[in-house]
Amino acid sequence: MVGTLPSIDTVRAWLDEVPDPEIPVISVVDLGIVREIAWEGDTLVVSITPTYSGCPATSVIAMDIEAALRARGVEQIELRRRLSPAWTTDWLSEKGRANLEAYGIAPPSPAGAPDRCPLCGSSRVTRVSQFGSTPCKAHWRCEECRESFDYFKCL
Amino acid sequence: MEPPVELLLRMGDNALVLGHRVSEWCGHAPVLEEDIALANVALDLIGQAQLWLGLAGELEGAGRSADDLAFLRDVWDFRNLLLVEQPNGDFGQTLMRQYLFDAWHVLQLQALTESTEARVGEIAEKALKEARYHLERSRSLVIGLGDGTPESHARMQGAVNRLWPYAGEMFLVDPIDEALIASGIAPLPRGLWANYHAEIQEIFSDATLTVPESGFAQRGGRSGERHSEHLGPMLAQMQWLQRAYPGATW
Repeated sequence: MVGTLPSIDTVRAWLDEVPDPEIPVISVVDLGIVREIAWEGDTLVVSITPTYSGCPATSVIAMDIEAALRARGVEQIELRRRLSPAWTTDWLSEKGRANLEAYGIAPPSPAGAPDRCPLCGSSRVTRVSQFGSTPCKAHWRCEECRESFDYFKCL
Repeated sequence: MEPPVELLLRMGDNALVLGHRVSEWCGHAPVLEEDIALANVALDLIGQAQLWLGLAGELEGAGRSADDLAFLRDVWDFRNLLLVEQPNGDFGQTLMRQYLFDAWHVLQLQALTESTEARVGEIAEKALKEARYHLERSRSLVIGLGDGTPESHARMQGAVNRLWPYAGEMFLVDPIDEALIASGIAPLPRGLWANYHAEIQEIFSDATLTVPESGFAQRGGRSGERHSEHLGPMLAQMQWLQRAYPGATW
């Protein structure tokens, strides 16, 4: 890389443009898995925490992050896996939560159930299954509009 | 094998073998939602196995990766509980096996978060969140089917009677456990029994199921001395590709 190194905030803004491969309306920064960005000499070190142990998106995310940084001209990149503290949905950004809901996925709620149907807003919702289309989601149904929807599990 | 490596193999092999067993349901479960739930539980467990076995290979220092440990060891090298290698049977047996394991897994992982080996604690912290979610599901299904129809009740009680002799192995203590407790790396297995038993009593009471009185415990899985006849065929299925085409990737 020629010239001065980009600032951490600049790098964070770049990563905020890298979408989650399974839920493209939120970025990897929104997801809260980018725990630290730091320069160690000329090497850009990005520490990432996995969401679910077996989530197949994790390796895709690492590739996407690396590709995005290379496209911006960063040559020396090191991705580090950080297990502790374990990822929690408390780290989802406000922007990410709003985008999830607008996309039709109810954001996580500490009560363990969606606050409302992301499609019609009714609070009359029922769980269909604790699991869903990806490891981070559960399957719910709205009793008002009768549509089924995904709920981002609270972890 | 050093005691910490043994511990990591025991944890990793439990997750791997149960994860593989549960994945055998993929496409065959009684309803679509259960198919997805089982596949997700399997995915979590296989992910955990990667973490445990990855660290096992690192501590062993012989250059073996998590994949090497999963695909290139034979029956006698595996350190999983006999419980998790038992065949799926019907849905009730699969579910009871899961519940008996989840209830122990949560207690074990909780204790391991306090491990003096920081990397063990980190994996436990991560896996615990997933294990708690699994236990929530297996508890409610055990209650729903145990206290369900005469048919579902009979199948669930049959599953308890069949699998209970495999529960005791989780609490047996061998010299490896004694070394691990002495160095503060892992809890003493029998120390988890009181809480485990209380958990089972409570859920079985709601499920109208009876805990068998016999305290007889099958043993030999976690020590590797004597696996049941079911592990070999399972490994043949799981490992055949790496055995037939060594080093194959895609």
